[in-house]
Amino acid sequence: MGLVLLCVIWLITLASTYFFIAKTWWMPAGVSSSAAAIDHQFAVTFVIMGIVFVAAQMALGYLVWRYRDQGGRGDYSHGNTKLEIIWTTLTIILFVGLNLVGSPIWAAERFRPAVDNATRVEVTGMQFAWYFRYPGPDGKFGITRPELEDPSSGGEAALGLDPKDPASKDDVVTGIMEVPVNREVEVILRAHDVIHSFFVPQMRFKQDAVPGLAIHMHFTPTETGSYEIACAELCGLGHYKMHGILKVVTQSEFDQWIAAHEAEKQ
Amino acid sequence: MVAQESHGHAAPQGFIRKYVFSLDHKVIGLQYYFLALTAVFVGMFLSLLMRIHLVWPGASLPIIGEIKPETYLALLTMHGTIMVFFVLTTAPQGGFGNYMLPIQIGAPDMAFPVLNMLSFWTTFLAYLVMLSAFFVTGGAPLHGWTGYAPLSALQSAGPGEGLGADLWIISIALFCVASLMGALNFITTTLDMRAKGMSMMRMPLTCWSWFITAILGLLAFGVLLSAGILLLMDRNFGTSFFLPLGTINGQLTGHRGGSPLLWQHLFWFFGHPEVYIAILPGMGVASQLLSTFSRKPIFGYKAMVYAMLSIGLLGFMVWGHHMFMSGMSPYTAFAFSIMTMAIGVPSAIKTFNWLGTLWGGRVRFSSPMLFAVGFVSLFVSGGLSGPFLAQPVLDIQLHDTYFVPAHFHLIMGVAAIFGIFGATYYWFPKMFGRMMNESLARWHFWFSFIGTYAIFMPMHYLGMAGHPRRYSQLTEVTYLHPLMPLQKFITYAAFVTLAGQLIFLFNLFWSMFNGEKASDNPWEATTLEWTTATPPPHDNFGGHTPVVYHGPYEYAVPGAPHDYVMQTDPATVAAH
Repeated sequence: MGLVLLCVIWLITLASTYFFIAKTWWMPAGVSSSAAAIDHQFAVTFVIMGIVFVAAQMALGYLVWRYRDQGGRGDYSHGNTKLEIIWTTLTIILFVGLNLVGSPIWAAERFRPAVDNATRVEVTGMQFAWYFRYPGPDGKFGITRPELEDPSSGGEAALGLDPKDPASKDDVVTGIMEVPVNREVEVILRAHDVIHSFFVPQMRFKQDAVPGLAIHMHFTPTETGSYEIACAELCGLGHYKMHGILKVVTQSEFDQWIAAHEAEKQ
Repeated sequence: MVAQESHGHAAPQGFIRKYVFSLDHKVIGLQYYFLALTAVFVGMFLSLLMRIHLVWPGASLPIIGEIKPETYLALLTMHGTIMVFFVLTTAPQGGFGNYMLPIQIGAPDMAFPVLNMLSFWTTFLAYLVMLSAFFVTGGAPLHGWTGYAPLSALQSAGPGEGLGADLWIISIALFCVASLMGALNFITTTLDMRAKGMSMMRMPLTCWSWFITAILGLLAFGVLLSAGILLLMDRNFGTSFFLPLGTINGQLTGHRGGSPLLWQHLFWFFGHPEVYIAILPGMGVASQLLSTFSRKPIFGYKAMVYAMLSIGLLGFMVWGHHMFMSGMSPYTAFAFSIMTMAIGVPSAIKTFNWLGTLWGGRVRFSSPMLFAVGFVSLFVSGGLSGPFLAQPVLDIQLHDTYFVPAHFHLIMGVAAIFGIFGATYYWFPKMFGRMMNESLARWHFWFSFIGTYAIFMPMHYLGMAGHPRRYSQLTEVTYLHPLMPLQKFITYAAFVTLAGQLIFLFNLFWSMFNGEKASDNPWEATTLEWTTATPPPHDNFGGHTPVVYHGPYEYAVPGAPHDYVMQTDPATVAAH
């Protein structure tokens, strides 16, 4: 029985590890300026935890087989304080060290506001759609009022944009999110009804959108293309179909696109 | 210890007082156990329906019909809630803790038998209320077991958010009250009712784990109870604790000024200690079994106690790691992240000590031991994904993906369940006077152990690929389409694994009546429950009170007539 247990534990360990190492299913390639650092921290964590995982499982399998009952008595030992101190210290160094190494990346992502020339997009989640708003030539977002919201009409009406506010005149509201490549994007996340979460795996970007809050975040896409936005926070029966498109284009394509939308507003 | 004298009550006559409204901790323990047994099969059945809908969305099932996306979310909510509260909290603590704690410390019963009975029947009522949510208009709530507001706080937020959600909250509130009563009882019993010679540091690690779990419960369930009452008021009495100015489908909710994040803080202030409430008793049982079946003292008894105490303490300081992406201040993530990494240290110490216990032992592969070894393996596998999720920077990618269910199912779900299985096979002979069938138990182990890995290891891969959790279908988001084969594999694995659980069910009931008769100490173990009759008499020790001379894990003692020395054995003088 000891041998069977050893084989099964070892096989499970090897099979699990194989699919991690072969990267059969893995993170999609990152296309934002923060992807490299995040992926590196993931890789470091993965290697360390992978080694501990394989070592611990192998040891478990080996020990139950090696010390199977073959008669006689076991060692009468209540432990070893020196060993306890060694592995406690090692674990502290490993875990806390890992945390400290990763912290600067988090700080770079979340501790500073977006740069001044960032593309500003307000992203609003509601059951079960994303709306995107650009401030227009005046650089100001107009006032939205919850009592004016009318989701059935879509667009500006869905956001409850107040037509009386001068700043709202040139605001552009779209159903897909388009941004220029290699320029920081400032997203201002809002939600009307329940909590949603704006998740673009390729951008290594995720942030909850919370009713009552306007959460300012930023990321910088580095490759043009079309990426899927998925809602990552349970928001009701349509959660699984609450997705959107993030289109990353060249600066000139973006300028044309936004100019066309702004022209429609005149 | 004075309490013992005034405490004993006469054995009841008559069916109702003996088996239904019983004051006997052993009967109450079994009542909890069978409640959890019912709940675990309900919970598993719900998960199977979820797995079916996920991979065959249009499928129509006999009787149930087609599962709709909102039904999927109702199943998900009820699966999580039933498993966390009525299985993982109920069986290890209410079940085995109730039955074994007084016996293992040499007491005739719990400190407050009436409170104990009330605690069980309140839990039972909570369970009925929870199940009733399925049968009201709109069905069970769809807000998940975490019940995040505003989704959980607004009747118009979705189907199931009407009466179903109210019943869900009331059930949890009742459960909290029951758990508070239970926690008081466990703490008092442990502190006041130990037999002569049973110092705290001579208690079996199971007793330590129940004691620490009770302290966590006492501090955590009060918070959830308060949060639940506030949520109920938001829903029904127009308050706005968790609700800011907002709309549902363009209609103003009529609330303003509340904070959805407040709910998350309160919920996780309970919720994180809760995962330790689920797993600590499993740690205690694994320690007990590894020592017994390795025929060797536990490695580092004191380190094990201190590790559990520090897990309990740190467990109250890490709730924010569930909220890295919530909009909470990013600076607080530093503190929560460091504390979370720190809690990995005592967990690692425990793992090292379990391996150290095997080292130099004489391992006997009885069924309880198989599950204890399985527990360690799952604890390692589930534990090592913790340091990923503890880092906020990695949560940017992993939070709310399948990586998270993979992590918590392995560690607080199945590892804890393996603790329950190990405990069942171990104590069944004492509780029912018969042995469980050993070959059926082995089959059950292989199905469960291999099946668990087949189900939950692939979920890590799904999570890394960016598969959000709580999606009822993969049809809409196109990058999920290539992940379908993996989801199908998981569903097949779930079918096989759950079928394996029927072996357990059969073995349990078959052995109750047909199992081989058990001796008083079939495993040659040392703790007090093995010194008394099988099954134990009403007052546990048949009129006398045991006196304790040794620590709980005196195996392989040199010079002793057997390879073990009972805790009550006055003749052999061992080192501890």
